[in-house]
Formats: sequence, structure tokens, C-alpha cells
Amino acid sequence: MNITQERRKVRGESVQFATFHVENLFFGIEAVRVQEVLRYQEMTPIPLAPKAIRGLINLRGQTVAAVDTRCTLGLPPHPGPGGPMNIIIQTDDGPISLLVDSIGDVLEVPLNSYAPVPDNVPAHQRELIAGVYRLKDRLMHLLRAERFLEVACH
Amino acid sequence: MELEEEVREFLIECAEGLVHLDQEIVQLEQSPDDKALVASVFRTFHTIKGTCGFFGFMTLSAITHVAENILDQVRSDQRPLNATLTGLLLESVDAIKAIINSIETTATEGPLDYADLRARLEFALHDMALIAAAPLPETTLPCTPTSTTDTVVAAPVPPPAPAAEDTEAHNRAACVDTTIRVDVGLLDKLMNLVGELVLSRNQLLQGTSQQDTSLLRTVQRLNVITSELQEGVLKTRMQPIGVVWNKLPRVIRDLATECGKKIHLEMQGAETELDKTIIEAIKDPLTHVVRNACDHGVETPEARLAAGKPAVGEVLLRAFHEGGHVHIEITDDGRGLDPEKLKLRALAKGLIRQDQAEQMDEREAIQLVFLPGFSTAEQVTSISGRGVGMDVVKTNIEKIGGIVDIANRTGMQGSTVRIKIPLTLAIIPGLIIHAQSAGEEHRFVIPQANLLELVRLEQDAGRTGIEYVHGTPVFRRRGQLLPLTYLNRVLCLEGEEFPTTPVINIVVVQAEERPFGIVVDGIFDTQEIVVKALGRRLKGLTSYLGATIMGDGRVALILDIPGLARLSGMASQGRDTRRLDNTTKKSGEDPQSFLVFSAGNYKRVAVPLALVSRLEQIESSRIEHASGRSVMHYRGQILPLLHLASLLNDQHASESMPDANAQLIVVGEGVRQTGVIVDHIIDIVEESVTFRRRSEHTCLLGSAIVGGSITDILDVAAMLTMASDSTQVTEARTVLVIGEFASCTSMHRSFLEMSGIRVCEAHSFEQALALAEICEPAAALLVSNNMPDNSTRFITVARNGGIALISIADKHTLPSDHFDANFSMNQREELLHFLTTMPVAAGSKQ
Repeated sequence: MNITQERRKVRGESVQFATFHVENLFFGIEAVRVQEVLRYQEMTPIPLAPKAIRGLINLRGQTVAAVDTRCTLGLPPHPGPGGPMNIIIQTDDGPISLLVDSIGDVLEVPLNSYAPVPDNVPAHQRELIAGVYRLKDRLMHLLRAERFLEVACH
Repeated sequence: MELEEEVREFLIECAEGLVHLDQEIVQLEQSPDDKALVASVFRTFHTIKGTCGFFGFMTLSAITHVAENILDQVRSDQRPLNATLTGLLLESVDAIKAIINSIETTATEGPLDYADLRARLEFALHDMALIAAAPLPETTLPCTPTSTTDTVVAAPVPPPAPAAEDTEAHNRAACVDTTIRVDVGLLDKLMNLVGELVLSRNQLLQGTSQQDTSLLRTVQRLNVITSELQEGVLKTRMQPIGVVWNKLPRVIRDLATECGKKIHLEMQGAETELDKTIIEAIKDPLTHVVRNACDHGVETPEARLAAGKPAVGEVLLRAFHEGGHVHIEITDDGRGLDPEKLKLRALAKGLIRQDQAEQMDEREAIQLVFLPGFSTAEQVTSISGRGVGMDVVKTNIEKIGGIVDIANRTGMQGSTVRIKIPLTLAIIPGLIIHAQSAGEEHRFVIPQANLLELVRLEQDAGRTGIEYVHGTPVFRRRGQLLPLTYLNRVLCLEGEEFPTTPVINIVVVQAEERPFGIVVDGIFDTQEIVVKALGRRLKGLTSYLGATIMGDGRVALILDIPGLARLSGMASQGRDTRRLDNTTKKSGEDPQSFLVFSAGNYKRVAVPLALVSRLEQIESSRIEHASGRSVMHYRGQILPLLHLASLLNDQHASESMPDANAQLIVVGEGVRQTGVIVDHIIDIVEESVTFRRRSEHTCLLGSAIVGGSITDILDVAAMLTMASDSTQVTEARTVLVIGEFASCTSMHRSFLEMSGIRVCEAHSFEQALALAEICEPAAALLVSNNMPDNSTRFITVARNGGIALISIADKHTLPSDHFDANFSMNQREELLHFLTTMPVAAGSKQ
């Protein structure tokens, strides 16, 4: 949370978040960072690459690395049929795809519903989550995307 | 905002003008009478002056104003252009460049006001009478006719001049009209889109093959158009090499003036086109090579005249296309490279050893300039001795897949630097191959640049073609041993360790001028592929160059061959493999291969090649010390090291390694591996040992005649014992290896011995029975499928004597329940484990 965001929070502003599910976790990422959302894409595995990098997908002529969120969060592999969905996000180093279980709605979330990560969240997961937004019916985890990719590509 | 846009336009315009200005002024110095050239230079100054005044850049305006006035005098023949004036003009150009740079970055003219330069320019402008008076009288005579005609036609001169200017301006305008500035990023994007279009076309072509003809016709037209479009987009990225060469005349002029040399630069093939990214990449290396040629190559005029050469030195730049590559040659007619001097220097710098220096021929000696930390100039000049040597040139060129080579010109004086670089980095031809792993098929691309040849082994050849030099697969390629690596193993793809298919595909590639073979599961065809970077996050993966998108829309990885070679543990610096063939065949019962090397006072020491698992050349800095021993981190293990020269000389020589590189012979396998540091590898000799004399030395078995000379034979077992921790030494056991053929049994013998097991060989059960009495084996290894004589008696004896029976072959005439254990040929580790851990049977006398 930086100062401008703090100020906006006081003003009662809200931000759009693209949401997705991984296992029973509900995540959000700033909608402006999301380039597009794709259904399951065929991937080319990269031998010797970090385990969380599941492969490369062809995004209209661009090769994009797909990062397995389950693996990075220390969860078991995706069991369901159909394979994971892709959320393409923009980073300094070009687009990256996050493989998630399913895609949720884009939500307008008031900034003042923010709360820091509870202390009892396991350390390795806590560093990947920037905070929690208290929605009406549930909690939305804010993904710390840069750190997340760093951990995944390690 | 609008103003900013205009300033940027002004900057671009200036930059365009300045590119030519340097070159034109230098040309002008050589041909001062070229009116068109003077006019062109004048015009550039004029344009800059006019526009910068409009923006209020006062310093810039002041400098260009005076420079323009001086040029005006030259243009109107009021004064000749001499070296002083040229120097002054070039200095002004530098000042203008600096100011423009400053405007570009800070939007101001910068802190310098160039008062000194302006004063000198002013002085030169008004001192015209002085300058004109001094040199003119000498040139009056030849000049008079022209000057008179000029004055005579003073009135008509203006009309033709503007006319000439007009046509030229027209030409220029035409030039400007046909070119347009495009962001490279946009071109990259276009390239991507065209790639996608090609893909869609391919899919369309497949889908429409059996449908109606009119659609087919349209698709085919689309096909042609797409191909042309792809070609066209590729061309947009191309630039003539002249773009880089343009600044070289100026560089050479400055250099020549500074060193008091006279150098003429000639350029051939400036129109040769190269990809924009490559142009960028070769800019610095090229400038460096040209600087070198001028600074170190071309001599001073006095020295040249003394050597019977013309005073003016020649530097020739040549570029041309050949075989999908661009060749650039930089030739000078200077003193060339002195191999002896280079050797001395390398010795002095500690880059090579004395014995290495003695063996080098001229070519090898010249290649020394590419070693890091090598600089040939006796005195470091401000021009080319800044620590950035030819090694940096080499690395930079190799980074873009190029090769650089330097040689003295045969039969002439001087030297030539040859650079060979690919046309483009964006699209490369590649061979599509595939590797199989548990049900999955992985496609990879091998860049054609690395490819040497393809070998396909079928049927018998497939089973026997691959041989093992102590566990390392090799292939005999036209009599030379080619190290092999299995692609699926290097990339850790799960699959069969040793494929059982009768067909073996070997892709012979070259990495760092050293060939090796990659065993793949299938070879498809070659294709032009578009290289896409893997991105920063995956930079750590040395095995890939990038990725590409195949015709079916899926991504395939491009293999980085040098990276793959390193990954598969191919020695970083290979020995000259041709030497492996210098086998001296002699009639003997059992020829054996020996590796001959030298260590300290022992000039010829040999070790059976079967006991050598690897030869490595390592940097001495990699040698570390742990609990008083020399060790090295080697393939994820701690490798104990023995300095053989010190051992042989009874610790006489110092343990320290003064040399940058150490030659390492790795013996043994697995945890018992040991590195023996020797001085020099001499040869590999294949022959039967004819004479043996026992040695008193613990490290040596004795002497024998190997390769015609008396040679000491290294005791590998002693080496292993010396290096290993006492806890690791297992109680020596004896194993009887029974097999019909000596080749078969000796193979097992070597690796068992290396693991500290005593071995007896028997070639029949009769012999085995006799040996069982003498050597009291703990186990018997049956390595043959079917032995001619009766095995029953031996088996009874073995059972009674508590000798464990182990089968190594796949099928036996004996039922398998006769054996205590079964192992396949590849299960060496398992076999060793069994042999070392099995309890000593009660009946055994051990």
C-alpha cells in the first residue's frame, strides 16, 4: 500500500480486480495488469526449467511462459478435467501466463475493505499475498504478482 | 509538447547531417577542389545553424555560424582548405555532437560554452589573409588557371552552382521521399504477425486440400502472397553495413594523425546488407579491429619506407555475402603478427607454459591474441590498449553466432582479420528433431549453424555402433572417436536409459570448434524458424537459445549447442581429438589402449585408457583444499585430486599450480573417482605391452615399452587408495569373471578393479575350476551366454565353496534359479553394491 493508494482508500475509492480460484482460495489481481484470459492452451514443456514453469504457450505468435499457481503455492496438481485456465498478465519482461483453476468475475472492490495478511498464514504463502479484501460474502486474496513470479521462477 | 516534437525533429535532422559530415570533411581534405562536397558540408552547417537559432541554442548557433563562414570562404575560393582548417572543422563537428547529445538528454546545451574553440574559429576566420598568403604562392601557378576562369565566369558561376545544388537537392529530396523512419519494435511486431499469418495459411492449406478448386486457388494465392510478405518484412530489418563503416574514415584519420602515420582506408561492399540487430552488435568489435590495424598493424611512414613499402599504409575493409553468412575482412599491409613475439608475451603474462609455446605453430601462436588478458602493444597507447583486447572482440562476435579469425597474409605483409556472421538473428535455419520421454514427444530445434552431419545407424550398426570409453558413449566417425550425449538424458526427460530401438539417430554438431554427437529419437526436416527470446526469467537455462513457433502453432525450444555441451559435461576445452587415432598397431595377443602423458621428471607415464573415465582441462583456480587435501567441485561431487609430479618426486615439487590451466585425468567411477593432475597429455597408443619391469615406486606399476619408448605405467589402484578416505576402502574381495571372450571379461575386469575388487579372468569352466582353487573368489561372474564346456562341475564346486554365482548376460543356457543374482550389462552400480555388501559365505575361505 503506497501513499496514493492510502489517500484513495480514505476517499472511499474502489479498484477493479480480476478474480480467479486456485483450490479453495479466491484471488484478485488488479484488472489493469491483466492482458487477457484464455481457456486451456496446449503447452510445450521446458525440460530443466523450474518446476512451477509448466511450459510455453503460443499467444498469437508470442511465446509466453505459463506459471503453475498451484505448484508455486505448494498445492497438489490440478485434478479436474479440461486443464487449467490462463490469465495473461503484463510484467516488465513481457507477458506471463498464470495457470489457475477457474476464472471469476471482475469485481469493483472498495479500497477501504483492505486488511493485512493475518499472521497465522504460513510464511511461504504469506510472502505471495499482499493483503486481503473483505468482500460481502468472502475474502479476496491480493496476489503479489512480482514476488509470486520470482518464487515460481526460482 | 508541440515544441518538443519539433526539437526532436531538429535533433533527428542534425543526426542525419552529422553522419555524413565527418566523412565528407575527411574526403574534402583529400580532394579539396570538390565543389559539390564543399557545398554539401556548407549546407549541413547552414541547416543546423538556421534551425538552432530558431530554438535559441546560442552556443550551437555561434559555433556553426563561424564554421559556416569559414566554409563560405572556401566555397567561394577565397582560401584553400588545409589540414588546420579541417581539424578545426572536425572539432566543431565534435562540439556540435556533444551539444546535440546534451539537448537530447537534458534539453539544454550543457554547461560548456566552447569559448576556446569559438575563439580559434574566429581567429581562423579573420586570419584568412595570413593563411591564404602563406600557402597560396606555392600553389599559385597550378591554381591560377582555375581561379582565373572562376573569376572570369564569376557572374555565370552562381547559376550553375544553384543548378547543381538544385539537382542534388532534388536527388536528396527524392531520397528522403522514399525512406521513412520506423521503430524497430513495430517491425518486430509485424514480423510476429506475419509469422502468425504463415501459420494460419498452413492450417488453411491442410484444410482445403480436398475441397472445391476455386477456394484452393485462392488459398494458393494467399500462400504466395504470404511468402512474399514474409520476405518483405524480413528485408525491412536489413541495413547496409556501410552504416557502421561510415564513421570509420574519421576514426582512422584521427588515429593516423595521433600516431603520425599515413593511412588510406578502402571499403568494398559497403552495400552488403545485415540485420539491424547484428549491425548494432558488430559496431564496437569492428571499430576495435580497425583501430588495432591502424595502431599495431600499419607502421610509421619512416619504417614503411625503410621496409620498401609506400609511405601510405593501406587498410582494406571488405564485406560480402557467402553461404548464408556475411563475411567481413579487415586487411592491413603493415608489419603483421610476429608469432615468436606473441609467444614470449603470452609466456610473460603466464597465459601459456614453456612446453606449450614450443609446440605451437604459427597459426596457433597468432590465435594467442584472443586469450583474455593479452595485449600486444609494447606501450599501451590511448588508442587501442585499454584492456579491451581481441578477446572481447571474439566474445562479442561469438555471442551473435559469428566466428572471428586472424592470420598473417601469406606471401604479403600485413595481417587479415576475418569475421563471419549470420545474416540475421531473427530467422535461422534449424533442424527439427525430437526426443521421447514416457509417452511424450518433445520437439526441439538445432540451429543449422552448429550442424555438421547426421548419422543413422540401422540394424547391426544400431546395436554395436555406440561403444563406451569407460561408460561414456562414443561413436567411431571415420576413424575418430566422437563423444556422444543422449538428448533425453541431458534434459532429464524420463525415458529409457538406453533405447532398445534398432535405429539410432546421431546429430553431429559442433560447439566451440569441437564436434560431438547428440543421440535423438527422431529427425524431421530443416526449416527456417523465427527465434524468440525466452525472456529474462528463463535466462538461467543454458540449454536453450530461445523458442520458436512451429507450423502447427505449437512452441518448440531451440537448443543452445555450446550450452548443451557444457551441460552434458563435455570437457570445456577439448584435446585435439585427431591425436586419438595415432594408434600404433603391433602384432600382439591383446592390444590395449594407453594414454601417455608427462608429469614432472617423468616424461612418459601411461595409464590404460579403459581406466580413464575422462580428460579435463581445468582452471587452477577451481582447485580447492579441504582437510589438507586438494579437491575440486566436479559434477556435483567432491573430487579428490592428486598432483602426480609431486607424488613421483616424493613431494619435492611444490603442490601449488602456477599455470592457469591444469590437465586432469579422471580415473575411477562414482564415489571412488579421483583426479590426477599431470603436466601434459602426449598421445593415445594402442598396443600390447611387450615388456614389463617392476617399479619400486608406490604410484607406478612398472615400466613397459609403449609407443616405442620406455614408459612408466601408473598404478591406478594405488591412486584410488591414496585419494579415498580410509573408511571407504572396502576389504579387497576376489571375483572370478568367466566368459568365453577376452574382450568381454576384460571390460568387466576394468571397472571391478577400479572399485577395489581383485579380479581373475577365466575363459572356460575348466580354467575357472583351476582358478577357483588358487584365488579363492567370493563370487563368480558369468558374462557369456553359452559356454562350450560343461558348467555343472563348476557350479557344484561353487555351491560347495560358498562362491556366489552372478549372471550378467540376458539369456543363459542355465536356468536362472542357479544364480544368486542377475544383473544386466548396464547395472554396474547395482552389481558393485551387491559385490561389496554381500556377506562372506561361511564356506568361503576368505
